[in-house]
Amino acid sequence: MTLFRVAARVGVSLLLGAAAAVAAAPPSGFKAGVFEPARPAPEFALRGSDGSELTLARYRGKVVLMSFGFTNCAAVCPITLATLAQARGALGAAADDVQVVFVTVDPERDAAPRLKTYLAAFDNSFVGATGTPEALAAMRKSYGVVARKVPMVDGYAMDHTSSVFLVDREGKLRALMPYGREARDFVHDVKLLLAK
Amino acid sequence: MRGGSVRTRWRAFARSSALLATFLLIAIAWASTAPIEAASRDELFEIPAGTWARRMAGEKIDILPDTIRLTLGINDVLLLRNLDDVPQVFGPALIMPGQSFRLPFEVASTYSFACTAHAKGAMNVIVDDTPARGWPTLRWRARHWLQRSS
Repeated sequence: MTLFRVAARVGVSLLLGAAAAVAAAPPSGFKAGVFEPARPAPEFALRGSDGSELTLARYRGKVVLMSFGFTNCAAVCPITLATLAQARGALGAAADDVQVVFVTVDPERDAAPRLKTYLAAFDNSFVGATGTPEALAAMRKSYGVVARKVPMVDGYAMDHTSSVFLVDREGKLRALMPYGREARDFVHDVKLLLAK
Repeated sequence: MRGGSVRTRWRAFARSSALLATFLLIAIAWASTAPIEAASRDELFEIPAGTWARRMAGEKIDILPDTIRLTLGINDVLLLRNLDDVPQVFGPALIMPGQSFRLPFEVASTYSFACTAHAKGAMNVIVDDTPARGWPTLRWRARHWLQRSS
């Protein structure tokens, strides 16, 4: 084989190697992280901010957006709840088929009445959930939610998972929206869930 | 006679070198200007079967790095798959056996997730903008190639 042929082969290989990239597969239709396959969302029985027992089954037929936090939270929780309120507002009539559930990670301070008052500042339809520390810990574990107390000069704060869980009408845990996403992302995904 | 043979070889060598250099230049020009496209935009991390049992036996197993680097438009979907037979906290989510979690990113930023699977209790995902044409694209391709080769 002549040097010319070797060079030609090497050159063609280089070009083919460089051109090996092919068309990209389109990403998932959801803006949130999607579980595949979807499994039933873990059931729970907590105390609702409306005074009644709060279960996930109560909202079967609706899309549930579930967030974990505490009313003394200075930044993350208010932003998440404001975003969810904005998304609900943008959904118009479809918002009736969407339920936001805010589960406290701080039962020491977040009694049901306090949760109710706090959530009403964002959206009257939001429901809070509290319970015994054991019941809440078990619920968090079933969703893979992290929460731990962080001592502060004037008391304590809670370091916790900030993502929002998206449960479909059938009670399946479909997706997880990371903290910081915009209201329009929630609107987009909720519409997808409502359409199915 | 002998001088003619050397000259012929030298010419062949020069011609081959010129050809190779031309191909190289074309490849570099292509690599720095052509849009970067991948077969899949998924950046996949898997928990292999038996991981939990190995951890329970005291083995230290790190599957997800503390920091994951993604690039918009190229590999901007984090795909986590649990092939083990027990639920696993994997990055931002609790993933059931046989289940995957596919998280797309659309904004360049640094994302931090609480993750009990990490010693620091957190995992960062750094999402970079799509590299501009020219040197940034060439640099991205070189870095990517080196990462895949190592």
